[in-house]
Amino acid sequence: MEFKSNPEFEQQLAALGGADAKLCFQCGTCTAGCPSGRRTSYKVRKLVRMAQLDMKDEIINSEELWMCSTCYTCVERCPRRVPIVDIIIALRNMAVAEGHIKPAHKKTATNLYQLGHTLAINDEIKATRAKLGLSEVPPTVMANEKAMADLKTILDAVKFDAIVKE
Amino acid sequence: MAKYAFFLGCVAPLRYPGIEKSTRVVFDKLGVELVDLTDASCCPAPGVIKAFSKLTWLAAAARNLALAEKMGLPIMTICNGCYGSLFEAAHELNNNADELAKVNEILAKVGMKYNGTTKVYHFAEVLANEVGVEKIKAAFTKPLAYKIAVFYGCHFLKPTDIKGLDDAEAPHILEDLVEATGCQAMPRKQPMLCCGSGGGLKAAFGDVTKEFTLTNLENMKASEAQFIVDVCPFCHLQFDTAQKELGFEIPVLHLAQLYGIAMGMTEEELGLALHKVPVKL
Repeated sequence: MEFKSNPEFEQQLAALGGADAKLCFQCGTCTAGCPSGRRTSYKVRKLVRMAQLDMKDEIINSEELWMCSTCYTCVERCPRRVPIVDIIIALRNMAVAEGHIKPAHKKTATNLYQLGHTLAINDEIKATRAKLGLSEVPPTVMANEKAMADLKTILDAVKFDAIVKE
Repeated sequence: MAKYAFFLGCVAPLRYPGIEKSTRVVFDKLGVELVDLTDASCCPAPGVIKAFSKLTWLAAAARNLALAEKMGLPIMTICNGCYGSLFEAAHELNNNADELAKVNEILAKVGMKYNGTTKVYHFAEVLANEVGVEKIKAAFTKPLAYKIAVFYGCHFLKPTDIKGLDDAEAPHILEDLVEATGCQAMPRKQPMLCCGSGGGLKAAFGDVTKEFTLTNLENMKASEAQFIVDVCPFCHLQFDTAQKELGFEIPVLHLAQLYGIAMGMTEEELGLALHKVPVKL
């Protein structure tokens, strides 16, 4: 396969905090210690190499991009101190920007947009909270419409609503 | 008297309110004042929200940091995810004027501004470094002698280059805090293995998450631990909800709940009825 340089991809990756992918010298310490790689087809070293080779389409279409649990074992052990988790986050941002979103993740994101939290409250929790002497609804955006409206304005300003509604 | 803005997050107040209650009681007894960080939102969750859009994550986190800044207080979290998210957002904004300016343009739409001064702490860090083990021991009224599987999770200590709380591979900060109760922290294989929930893995690939959890549970069982003690409601949720299916029954406590027990709180006050794995003291 021929190497095709993609300067636009490199700039995007750098802008999102993934510039240091180029520091990787492919020793494989990351993959050796990766708990997800031990259980799945995800291979960190390969993903970072693909980023070095500007293989944007292959990366953003891969399932493996979403198999990192962000445990930071690789980052702690990397002899080049490559911020691998930051690179994965940057690559995921690019994948999402092109519509690659898992339905379960969209639900979490939609909860944030609608509730200000990743989870909803329910009657059992309300009752337990009251019994414990806590406010029935936590004293967060959940309990203040104005605060929730502010959060929505902020999320709209960064166009998060578009991701959630897509 | 030490004073913190208390950041609740999502899983503790909305799934395990006993963790929130225990934290309030324990810190009150230790003479640390917790003031509610009123109007805060989700941190927001780094695994999904930061992965979706870094700017969204940073802007929503900045709103939480700005609320604490207005109160003139540092933030204390009871969750590794909230800690990781808010600590990293503060690290980025407090040290990068360009990013801060970009985020402030967004906050200005709701009349807010973040000046880059908020500090973020994990509650276990406050216990170890602010209160100290000796003062903690003096506040305990009930001696305990359980065998404990200490579970650090990932984002309390890592990445260590910016957090600097303890060693990533062989830490002892939580063992010290657990053993202050009289309990015994049991050595086991792979103590730093992730619970498997983070990074959006639990939502998208739940079966892979369970494989992480299974290895942890096997190692915990082999260590003869009677309880799992965590410092993160998201790890707590995974260990508490996944065990039945995986064929284990090791009760799960958040460190604040263990401390609550050692301070004489009742099972009802600890909110143990909501735990899926029955907790018998």
